[in-house]
This record gives sequence, C-alpha cells and structure tokens, in this order.
Amino acid sequence: MSTVLVVVEQKNGVLGRISLEALAAGQALAGMLGAECAASILGNTTAAANELTSKAISRIYTLEHPLLTHYTPDGYCAALQQLIKTSSPAYVIFPHTYQVRDFAPALAARFSQSLISDVVAIQPGDSGPTFVRQLFQGKLNAGYRRANPDTALGFVSVQAGSFRVEDLQSGTAMVEPFSVELDALQIRTTPGEPFRESAQTVDLGAAPIIVSVGRGIREQENMPLVESLAQALGAELAASRPICDAGWLPIERQVGSSGQTVAPKLYLAVGISGAIQHLVGMKGSKAIIAINKDENAPIFEVADYGVVGDLFEIVPELTKAILAAKS
Amino acid sequence: MKIIVAIKQVPERDAQLSVSSDGRWIEEEGLNYVINEPDAYALEEALQLKEQHGGEVITLCAGPERVTSTLREALAKGADRAIHIASVALGALDTFGLAHVLADVIRTESPDLILTGLQSDDLGLGQTGVVVAELLGIPHSTLVLHVDKTDSGIRVKRELEDGWFQHVDLPLPAVLTIQSGGNKLRYATLMGIKKAKTKETRAVEATLPTTSATVELTRVFLPEKQKQTQMIDGTPAEIAAKLVGKLRTEVRVL
Repeated sequence: MSTVLVVVEQKNGVLGRISLEALAAGQALAGMLGAECAASILGNTTAAANELTSKAISRIYTLEHPLLTHYTPDGYCAALQQLIKTSSPAYVIFPHTYQVRDFAPALAARFSQSLISDVVAIQPGDSGPTFVRQLFQGKLNAGYRRANPDTALGFVSVQAGSFRVEDLQSGTAMVEPFSVELDALQIRTTPGEPFRESAQTVDLGAAPIIVSVGRGIREQENMPLVESLAQALGAELAASRPICDAGWLPIERQVGSSGQTVAPKLYLAVGISGAIQHLVGMKGSKAIIAINKDENAPIFEVADYGVVGDLFEIVPELTKAILAAKS
Repeated sequence: MKIIVAIKQVPERDAQLSVSSDGRWIEEEGLNYVINEPDAYALEEALQLKEQHGGEVITLCAGPERVTSTLREALAKGADRAIHIASVALGALDTFGLAHVLADVIRTESPDLILTGLQSDDLGLGQTGVVVAELLGIPHSTLVLHVDKTDSGIRVKRELEDGWFQHVDLPLPAVLTIQSGGNKLRYATLMGIKKAKTKETRAVEATLPTTSATVELTRVFLPEKQKQTQMIDGTPAEIAAKLVGKLRTEVRVL
C-alpha cells in the first residue's frame, strides 16, 4: 500500500494548528489515493508524538538527533531525505510554515521534484489529484497537476486555514523511532536563538474591534483618516505588511502571517487588497467589513460586508456617522 | 563582494487581470510590468552591501524582451551590469527547471552572494532561491531582513513567525531570499539613469534542463467566494448610514 507522509512541525514539543490541518489534508489525499497516512516529527518529538497516537495514521516516525534539536535547513533536509528513501511514500505533505518554506523546496529538489507550495484545496481527478493554489496575491486560483503521479514522488505544502482540524479522523497510531545519521560537518549554517525586537505593548488578539489599513491609504499623511475612524469606533488600529514596512505603523500592529493573528468581533479593512499573507491573520474574525476600490480584490472573498469605492470619500463620512450614532 | 541579484518582472500590483483564452495563464496584452517587489528589496540590500564593502552588483533576469526594461531600472539604481536570460520556453518550466536555468548562469560568474526576493507577486511559490542554492551546492537562508559581513562569512537577521526573529551565520558563497521592509527602497536618480545607458546588459541563451517539468499548471480560474458578501452601495453618506445600521443591528458593536 502506498503512503502519504505528513511532516508535522513542533515548537518546544507542541504541534501547531497548521500541522494538524496538514494531517487532515494528508488523510484526505490518502483517502483519494487508497493510500495510508503516516506522520513524521523531528527534533523534540515525545509530547507531539503522544498527541498524535489517537489519530487515524498508520505510524508516527520520530526523528531524534542532537543535530536536530535546533532547526537548520541542512539538518532537516538530510534527516527527511533518509526517511523518504527508506519509507518511499507517494506524497510528502507539509504545513506551509516559514520553516517549511526554508527547507522543503531544497528537499524536493534532492529528489529532482518541484514542491507544490501553499495549496488551498486538493481535488480528485482521473489523471491524479489537482492541487489548487493562489496566484497574484489571491486574485486568481490555479490548478496544478503532477506530470507523472504514478511513478514520481510528490511534495506539497498546505496553507493555514485551508483544511479543517475538525475533519481529522481518530484512530490509533504507533510510534516508530527512525534513526538518522547526521554529521556536524553537514550543517553549514549556525542558527541563533529566536528573539523579539522589543516588548510587545499592543495585544491585537484581545481587541474586540480592529480598524486595519493597507496600501490603499497611499501616503503617510493620510493616516489620520483611519486613526479618526478607529478612535470613533473605540478600535485598535492595525495594518497590512506594506504599511509597517514603510514605518507608518509599528510592526507590532501588523496583522498576517508575519504579524499577529486576530479574530475580533469586527475587522474593518480599509484599502487592503487581501493578499493571502494578510488573510490568514484575520479571516477568523466574526464580522469583516472591507472598503476597497477594486471590486476583484481578494479581501471581498472573506468579507461579510463589502464597499467598492474611494476610501478617501467613504471613511470620513463613516467616521462622522459613527460619532453621530454614538452621541 | 561580488553579488548577483536575481529579479523577476511581474504585472504591476493594481493590474486588472483576466484569464487567457486557453485558460492556463492570464491575458498579458496591455499589462504594465514592474520589478517584483521583494526582488526590489533584494537589489537594495545588495547595493547597500556594495556601498559598505565594495565589490560588484550584477542583476540577473530571465524572461522575454520586455524584462530588459526592469534590468535597465536596476542598472539606473546602481547595479554594475546586467544579464538577461532570454528564451521562449521559460513559461513551461517548473521551479526545479527554472532554478536549473538560473544556476547554470550564476555558476559561470562565481559570485560570493546571490540575493533574490522571498517570493514572486505572480506565482508566489517562494522557492526559486532555495532550489538555486541546492543546485549550486551552497548554503542558504530565507526571509532575510538584514545582512552583516563577518570574519568568516555573513550573519543575517531572518524573520520567524509571530513577530520573532533569528540570527543565522553562513559561510560564503550563499544564497539569501530577502523579505520586504528591511530597508527603504531607493529611486533611480537622473544621473543613475544616464549612467545606466553605458552599462553592459549581456544576453545569454537559456540552457533548458534535459528533464521535463514534473509539475504543471493546468488551469487558471477566479476564486470562489468563501462567504456571502453583502455589497453596500450608494453615495458616501448613504454607505456610511447603511454601515452604521449594520454595526448596530447585525455586528452589534454600536
């Protein structure tokens, strides 16, 4: 029986939600192929492996080695290369995390394959499954297929929030330690300890209302427009990455994959097109209002209320109307 | 330090996109093309490294004739020379194939450092730099915001998730994929634009890989809505009044 191998990611022994989503994707793909689903964990594996023993997976490979304690792309590639050669799966599935982006393309290249990265859906088909991913910052979708799905090994990473943890099938899984051979000379880079720039003073995660601003605001001198709106609503002000890159708001107010993940009662997106890196940080909001001049902006795919128009005309009117309603 | 910056030309961000008639790419007619934004940050980092430590910045781009305008812009910003990899068949390549094409040309230059953006605004695969490093047999680091030279190579500051960062030490040569926001982008000066005209752009033919693509893009289509969106229209004042109504009765935050 062929195997779909899911490489889950632990941080300090704990699995992230996206790893469980990747496992759900792996189970779904295995179901389509009539294959079994296996998992592998690297580094500090004990607690994470225990968490997975109640899932419907054939086995959990644990890869422990002193050189895997701290992540390096060389260490992870070498270890997984050995596991893949030995267990010869049909597919290797990853959660699309920053760490995976750092090593999975190189690992796939070692098998002369291209990783299909950041997949949002997997659809069955006669000539093998189609993997759906986004193009142009989410404006379009694309279906990708593998040229030789029957003979070659496939590498796929799945985007956060695209597969549901609730769909994970329960069962019993056995833990199987897999011993890897690594030499310190193979590790060419020296990683430092993770650090934060400064103490986080804003906890956007706790804010019930967030007004968030994107490229559409155009100039720093236009920022008071959204500041007034946030003030009127009693909201925290947040932004998409380009605004923080430009230094118009501190990075601690950035929402998205490289910033904070939020799920407020109301998320009001002003001039944000909704690139996927932003959407993953806010699409869990209870209600989303989007104001954008481009009716095809991907933000409208997740918005509950949409306004297509000029934010410079609409935002001041909205601020005025909110103040009037409150007084 | 001899630095190669691999850049890509992509449709400008505000472009109105439509699916091409064969359903496998976009309609390219009438689009304006610009440098891929993360690649602009890679170029900026390279130019700053050259200003601090001396050396040469070579900018490299694969694509049809139109990409030479983006190469000229990089020269005007301060790159010393440009290499244009021309070939009609580049679109049929997957990541592995394209990385082969780039690596073959990079190898002939023996650079100390190769920089590129962390991902492209069009395909967004975010893999090319990493695979180029693998094919060249040299180390890499991704999501890099800043590069410092050290006695034994370089130390980079890279971005992790959720506002965390990390330093990584690498020997040279190495490949780095650059995250946006680490620097302020410069504009080309008039003097720079004038100088660019005297700088070399070398055209090289792509050596296409002997193996065929293992992954193919088969269909491009409009995304389906994940939610039922209530569209609100009218004059700005009417929109504001309607939104306030929603905030009061449905969202219940007023």
